[in-house]
Amino acid sequence: MFKSLVLYLKNADPLIQMSAVAIVLTLIGIVVALTYYKKWGWLWREWITTVDHKKIGIMYLICALLMLFRGGVDALLMRTQLAFPGMNFLDAQHYNEIFTTHGTIMILFVAMPMLFAMMNIAVPLQIGARDVAFPFLNAVSFWLFFFGALLFNLSFVLGGSPDAGWVSYPPLAELSHSPGPGINYYVLSLQISGIGSIATGINFIVTILKMRAPGMTLMRMPLFTWSVLASCIVIIFAFPALTVALALLGLDRIAGTHFFTMLHGGNPMMYVNLFWIWGHPEVYIAILPVYGIFSEIVSTFSKKYIFGYKSMVISLMLISVIGYFVWVHHFFTMGAGPGVNSFFAVASMAVGIPTGVKVFNWLFTMFRGRIRLTLPMLWTLAFIPCFAIGGATGVMLAAAPGDYQFHNSYVVIAHFHQTLIGGAVFGLLAGMYYWWPKMFGFKLNETLGKWAFWFFNIGFYVCFMPQYALGLMGMTRRVYTYPAATGWGTLNFVSTIGAYLMGIGFLFIVVQVLYSIRYGERDMTGDPWDGRTLEWSLPSPVPYYNFAQIPTVNGRDAWWEMKQQRKEYSLSSTKELKPIHMPNNSSLPFFMGLAFFVAGFGLVFNQFMIATVGLIGVVVCMLWRSLEKDTGHWISVDEIKQMEAS
Amino acid sequence: MKKTGISSRLKQVLFSSVLLFLLPGCSDRFALLDPAGPVAHTEYRFIVLSAILVSLVVIPVLGLLIYIVIRYRDRPGNQAPYRPNWTESKILEAIWWGIPILIVAILGVFTVRDTYALTRPPTNHKPITIQVVSLDWKWMFLYPDSKIATVNYCEIPTGVPVQFVLTADAPMNSFWVPRLGGQVYTMPGMEMQLWLQADRSGVFEGRGANFTGKGFAHMNFQVVAKPQSEFESWVKSVKASAPALTNEKYNQLVKPSVVKQQSYSSYPTSLYKNIVNKNGGMYWHGKHEQHPMPMDGQHQMPMGN
Repeated sequence: MFKSLVLYLKNADPLIQMSAVAIVLTLIGIVVALTYYKKWGWLWREWITTVDHKKIGIMYLICALLMLFRGGVDALLMRTQLAFPGMNFLDAQHYNEIFTTHGTIMILFVAMPMLFAMMNIAVPLQIGARDVAFPFLNAVSFWLFFFGALLFNLSFVLGGSPDAGWVSYPPLAELSHSPGPGINYYVLSLQISGIGSIATGINFIVTILKMRAPGMTLMRMPLFTWSVLASCIVIIFAFPALTVALALLGLDRIAGTHFFTMLHGGNPMMYVNLFWIWGHPEVYIAILPVYGIFSEIVSTFSKKYIFGYKSMVISLMLISVIGYFVWVHHFFTMGAGPGVNSFFAVASMAVGIPTGVKVFNWLFTMFRGRIRLTLPMLWTLAFIPCFAIGGATGVMLAAAPGDYQFHNSYVVIAHFHQTLIGGAVFGLLAGMYYWWPKMFGFKLNETLGKWAFWFFNIGFYVCFMPQYALGLMGMTRRVYTYPAATGWGTLNFVSTIGAYLMGIGFLFIVVQVLYSIRYGERDMTGDPWDGRTLEWSLPSPVPYYNFAQIPTVNGRDAWWEMKQQRKEYSLSSTKELKPIHMPNNSSLPFFMGLAFFVAGFGLVFNQFMIATVGLIGVVVCMLWRSLEKDTGHWISVDEIKQMEAS
Repeated sequence: MKKTGISSRLKQVLFSSVLLFLLPGCSDRFALLDPAGPVAHTEYRFIVLSAILVSLVVIPVLGLLIYIVIRYRDRPGNQAPYRPNWTESKILEAIWWGIPILIVAILGVFTVRDTYALTRPPTNHKPITIQVVSLDWKWMFLYPDSKIATVNYCEIPTGVPVQFVLTADAPMNSFWVPRLGGQVYTMPGMEMQLWLQADRSGVFEGRGANFTGKGFAHMNFQVVAKPQSEFESWVKSVKASAPALTNEKYNQLVKPSVVKQQSYSSYPTSLYKNIVNKNGGMYWHGKHEQHPMPMDGQHQMPMGN
């Protein structure tokens, strides 16, 4: 195996060789820095073994931003190749690998961890809980995601990336047409991180349903928490379909079965169905929590209660249910009968109804309010037109007769980037800016943030509006080049410029974060935005037991009402403190992720000895955990008093 | 500029993007907006209708957003009413639940109508059948009536409905001739069908639309539409002058490669059936009818079971 890897690297593209060198140098740099500053112990105790939901959230956020960089570089490479007709920058194989990793990374290793970050940081605080329901499982979820992403990124320098598109339809993704480890990497890394996602879904459903503070009835829950509940319900229904699809595809490739091959009774259509039963709900998984984030932000920065709370809750639930039943619109053109196509077309369009309602409710939350144009609010405002247009083109795509023409064209590319960037990315960035002071205790610099905002937004429209036009001209997705006679050159060039503007926008965010770590405005109050929900009642950053006393909730926007009722309100003076029971840190989640990684790596290269060692490691971790007797500790009243005073 | 803030600037951006989108519309490059046959025309009409209907929501949203942000911005001396505890209005909410429901209902009716219509032959003329096989990375066309074959181009008579019957001897692809109408997947071991018709003579670009690996970007073909008489003389000339497609030649053709346009005067009679069967089509026997397909348009492919 290692001989073939060396051979692969020797013959690889200079870009890949350079990346390999860069990765090794970065790793050496990190190791040297940690050793020099004697930070290994700190890293291990405070972060790697942590079961604190807030720290896990921060780790998700860091990984998501790093992956956003990787996925963004992929995007720029693709746009560079497409800038001119007949361009000679990337060859077909390399281009195919890049669009495959771009799609997979952006959906699974950017959108998902970013929203898990927001969930982890905000949900327990919003509902007045000390922690999530299963803190240990939460850490396991993170490390499974981490090692899944690591395995996926390893493919780039070790053996070749997957190249069959992020959907990886068989028979193209079968051994017959894609030999080599690429698709194996795809199958195993998604499988490993997917297990973590299911666990997160279960964890947060239980947290939200069972751990709310006294008085917080369901209809008093903040909308972000509602949206996370809706999203997690979709996760636990959708992800098992992905697990099955990947398991069967993996068996086809590794064990020689014929679930999806063309021979011996295999049926590729079964994969297509299973994939999209997960794949379509997946976009709602990514978008639903974002709706919650926008609801919080609009309400906070308009200084108003959310308009139409009940409608908002109903529409969240409707979207999660209807969104689950529309997957067939991804293959209207696969020869299903008109009855099937009509049903799924109308169901898909119906998702537009509750979504439209939400948009109007946001607008009327701002109506007769006092709108503060802070960074979170700017991204929210930018989201509305972007999502309105993206949603409208979505309805147009959802209708079968239109889709027969739009399918696989650049109209689709433009549409889903508009909803996923304009929705998920804008929303998660808004959420990041909003909760940043809560996470780290300082605000991010507004001026640099505005530069980032304008570069990213203008870049966005310059990049994706021409793609609608290219779609109408008949340009198909996933082509690595096109002849000049098509006349697609100009618009592609414009689109590429837009992509680079967005890249500059991202760099501004990086600069903003680095600058603000040093010079950012410190948050002393814990409530820098004049917030409305319970997380703003706590100091920033939040002590690891969250609430010294669990608050009692008397209405929606609990913290706002407390502030209204008594200005001098102080949490620590109301009731007597009691000792708090908290879970212990544990290194097992990390080792369990590592064991999954080893198993996955072995299976990618059909090295069953390595795979077995990894799987034994997984079992040993589980046994170890189940034999542990005392997994928690008490924090004394004195300690709490000390923490609260500081 | 500072005063109106984000919304006006956003508006500018939006407006210029719309311009970008409309200006080149004068040329004939927008294949989807320039239908050359009844199928494409039905789809074009539907696209326009859906665009109008969805803009009934989009335009008010954009207008309201701009108005609200300007009017209710938090700045000293803003006299606009501030009602922090106003959280509900049954009438307003009924309006914005109602309008999208109405729009989706209208669009739904047209969707169902057109989806069913598109499964039927577009006109009443006697149709011809062309069998299509997508290969790595080329398109093969078989004419069961005249027994000729072509690669990467096909000729069709104008004004005549063409029933394409499609399969793949390679990973699944999608057969798309934008100016004649929407696409359908070609799938190994299965038969799909697609009705298209050209109302005027011309050369229409066709594309493989579903990704199939390295040579995918080069998987284009041309559909040449010409009057019936010219079409017949083309068939005759191919029969007279082109070589025959033998099984050996097909076995060469099926290997991954990018090739130029080709014509063949004949092909082995069972070629198409063999292609379907060897890719697993035999497992479908009894589950769906073999070619020729029923003409009533109610034919349904099995959905992944």
